[in-house]
Amino acid sequence: MSSLERKLASRQFVVTAELPVIDGGGQAEILRQLEPMRPFVDAFNATDNPSAHAHCSPLAVAIGIRQAGAEPVMQLVCRDRNRLALEADLMGAAMHGIESICCLTGDDVTAGDEPETRRVFDLDGIQLIALARVLGGGRYMSGRRISPAPHFFLGAVENPGAPPFDYRVRRAAKKALAGARFLQLQLCYRTELLERFMRAAHETGVSERIALIPSICILRSVTGIRFVASGVPGIDVPPEIVARVERAADAETECFDIAYELASHALAQPGVSGLHFISFRKDAGIAKLCARLGIPPRIERESNGYSASVAL
Amino acid sequence: MSAAARLLAHAEHAVKQPIWGCQMCGQCVLHSTGMTCPMTCPKTLRNGPCGGVRADGHCEVKPEMACVWMKAYERSERLPLWRGHIDDLRPPVDNTLKGTSSWLNLISGRDRAVPAGWGHARPGRGAGADVEP
Repeated sequence: MSSLERKLASRQFVVTAELPVIDGGGQAEILRQLEPMRPFVDAFNATDNPSAHAHCSPLAVAIGIRQAGAEPVMQLVCRDRNRLALEADLMGAAMHGIESICCLTGDDVTAGDEPETRRVFDLDGIQLIALARVLGGGRYMSGRRISPAPHFFLGAVENPGAPPFDYRVRRAAKKALAGARFLQLQLCYRTELLERFMRAAHETGVSERIALIPSICILRSVTGIRFVASGVPGIDVPPEIVARVERAADAETECFDIAYELASHALAQPGVSGLHFISFRKDAGIAKLCARLGIPPRIERESNGYSASVAL
Repeated sequence: MSAAARLLAHAEHAVKQPIWGCQMCGQCVLHSTGMTCPMTCPKTLRNGPCGGVRADGHCEVKPEMACVWMKAYERSERLPLWRGHIDDLRPPVDNTLKGTSSWLNLISGRDRAVPAGWGHARPGRGAGADVEP
């Protein structure tokens, strides 16, 4: 059982973080990126061609994270692989002891720098969760046996900030039905929409069936906030937040303050099982933000506990 | 495909293409998706809207087009029948049925056949619901 599964199953608060994309530099680059975050982060996401831009494969990076002695969450998207390739990568992950998988549909190829690519989407994100569950049950999709069966701890993503807002919690429930046990929520700059999602998830019991982990992005520049506001599908940034960074004497400090405010707001919601961070700072931004939020370092949480409000 | 089956496929396409933009996937789920064809979604998603829906309810891929699943959700809420079906877990598309008549596949039960492994995924109602491992 992965340490992420053990922690979430025993109601421990978790901190997950996105490992910046890896293009070159090998294992040394993975170590360099991990080190500043390591004291606070329970598991690192290895992304899968984010925003439809090619980088090192999530399986290779997840193996590297494990070799570095850290806990990986391997992301898999449906955009670039048919079901056979997805099965192969899931089985390859299991072979290397990678159990935590985050299943996504994926941004469209038009979001990337090679928009002429053929999009695959042989499965959708929910069917990918179900496929991984089938493998975990000791079968390939065809019914062919796998012995011993791999063990997976399955997760997915949901976007509280994208319409239809009323449907998003039902979609989260559908992901739980398919076999997902954690949801790393998409960045949500509209606090009222995160509130609406978390409240509905709490009232319908969804947050008890699936661990909800809101995401916080630590940006550092006007270019960064403008990119998130206009270049990332499904993320709606209120113009006043963009204006705040544009007006600021020190954009990096302003971005950090915004991340702190959004994280504090997210932590105050019912049924939060952890936080997921994406940092674009050159320094230990995640460690600084955790310290300011009063989230103890990982080792301290592991020995003394720091409870989230719900169980799986 | 027999001549009769081909004729039926043509007839089905002639009826359903102008109304729903039918793509002839051969395993129609229109009634479960608010009478909105999910195969007209650029990502051909069968289980609901992706996370890329724009703030105005339009498609991530085609900004000029309303999200297919926004329409599917709104319409399914207004349907007198099958309303809860939108929450069902729909199995992967069977690509061998592409171009065949879903009417014929409905009658023969072929559209409800799923890969043997899928039964482990505990599908909900709809295509594949009655298939156990």
